[in-house]
Amino acid sequence: MAAFSSRSCLQYLLHLAQDNLDFRLPEIKALLALRGKPFRPCENFREKSPFWCLDGLSEEDVRSIMARSVCAKSAFELWGHGQTLSELRTSLLNFPSEIMSPFMHKDSTYRINVYTFNKTLLFADRIKRIDALEYLPFEGTVSLKNPQHIFCLLEDYGTDPNNIPEDPNYIYFGRWIADGQRDLIRSHSVKNRHFIGNTSMDAGLSFIMANHARVKQDDLVFDPFVGTGSLLVACSHFGAYVCGTDIDYNTIHGKGRSSRKNQKWRGPDENIRANLRQYGIQKMYVDVMVSDASKPVWRDAALFDAIVTDPPYGIREATRRTGSHKDIAKPAEGVFEESHVPVSQAYHLSDIFTDLLNFSAHHLVMGGRLVYWLPVYRPELSALFPHAASFLLTIISNQVQHSNLCVSFQEFDSLAHLSDPRFSAYQGHNAFREKYFSGLNKKSTKENNKSDVSGD
Amino acid sequence: MKLLTHNMLTSHVKGVTKGYPLLIKATEVKVNEVEFNPQFVSRMIPKLEWGALVQAAEELGHRQDLPGELVQEYEKNEDFLKKVHRVLLEVEVIEGCLQCPESGREFPISKGIPNMLLNEDEV
Repeated sequence: MAAFSSRSCLQYLLHLAQDNLDFRLPEIKALLALRGKPFRPCENFREKSPFWCLDGLSEEDVRSIMARSVCAKSAFELWGHGQTLSELRTSLLNFPSEIMSPFMHKDSTYRINVYTFNKTLLFADRIKRIDALEYLPFEGTVSLKNPQHIFCLLEDYGTDPNNIPEDPNYIYFGRWIADGQRDLIRSHSVKNRHFIGNTSMDAGLSFIMANHARVKQDDLVFDPFVGTGSLLVACSHFGAYVCGTDIDYNTIHGKGRSSRKNQKWRGPDENIRANLRQYGIQKMYVDVMVSDASKPVWRDAALFDAIVTDPPYGIREATRRTGSHKDIAKPAEGVFEESHVPVSQAYHLSDIFTDLLNFSAHHLVMGGRLVYWLPVYRPELSALFPHAASFLLTIISNQVQHSNLCVSFQEFDSLAHLSDPRFSAYQGHNAFREKYFSGLNKKSTKENNKSDVSGD
Repeated sequence: MKLLTHNMLTSHVKGVTKGYPLLIKATEVKVNEVEFNPQFVSRMIPKLEWGALVQAAEELGHRQDLPGELVQEYEKNEDFLKKVHRVLLEVEVIEGCLQCPESGREFPISKGIPNMLLNEDEV
């Protein structure tokens, strides 16, 4: 077949995890972009499917994607595929033998895995599937424990667990190339992290954000709402030097009440630097500061390669900035107490995002990315799940220095998306909070009113 | 606070027009060894205000023989990059303060962490 005439025309199969479905495509595209490669899906590409076939990549490209991806589980060099076993057979027999043979010669050891999506096969059936591949010219020895090459037969039984077909919708066979970084979700879980807070970002999502931001080796990454630094942990894992600020003195200094059960106060060394040390990447730590994200403390220059952040929405963390409406007697001249906590005032959610976009326009390098969560009020969802707030993971790329930002992946136009009616929730302090809690029972509405009084 | 951070910070006191660079008044300075990464240092140099970096290192007594002018073809000059690395990432102000050069407003540094918050009556 002409399509197989050179190695670069090989197709690769990605097996993706079936969670965070909306974040998978931007993640894989971002990781391809880091290699300077376009996203070229094969025919019949379905974004929601756990299997994606990609064209135009080299094995090195695939390895580098898998070295970063938390959305992809494994990647394979696709040797054959089809809707039925006979189609698979035809496809496999058409695959050029000169590509197969280095992995099948008689001195090699190998193993064949059978993976089924949306169906569990009996052990005997798995063996049958492997036996049915006897037409493949395997000459090596089977080694289950420590094979040189691993092959995989993957069967797709669709995505509806209530309607599992007898025969698979689609079958793939390929040579295993690499696994993704799903292990990071467990190894970096906030459960085992030294320093956490009430709203520490989940490890998996943090890594996804770092990938969306195209964070790379030797970047300088900034988080203006750093909290306990979960996003800095993820970015520094991928080789970026990190810094962050937060308005909360206690969080930055690791003081105050602990977020852990059975522990009242935070320990002496609970801080962001200690978190990086826990994962052996303390060398990536630059600094954290107590600072108000709405104030211009940074020199006017393109300093950061990426800004990755999770701003407060006023639901579990208050939105606030320094300042007061009241007239306050001036403290004695020249006395600036180190731990003085200034009075803070309401910080409208719409202002947070406007400030964030303006800040990024000034301080991101060309092509640098801003990635943050945008809460979206969805009445139709709130009716069903009163506790579920929707978030859009927004990725903004600084394409034109010091002018407007362009929002990629999401079809928004620069700052205009904040005036979009869907985001009316940001107008007015705690407006999002009010909408969010409006679907709840009377008790929480009362609580909400109470907190509004104290909040303003 | 590392001098890399200091190089990027400016005073945001109301009405101040020349708030850069912030003066450093340190009472405790520490040198923490950090793994040398020539690529990162080379990438940071074009972003730096060189004069401010040299001045800050001087103020802390850690300038050593860091040249007053940026050298040519620094990417290939490992010796030079090591000096910059030391000043950027290894020298840390633990206690002291940053002072706005125009208004004199001081921003305290405690346990290595600057507090850049202005008081409610200053914003």
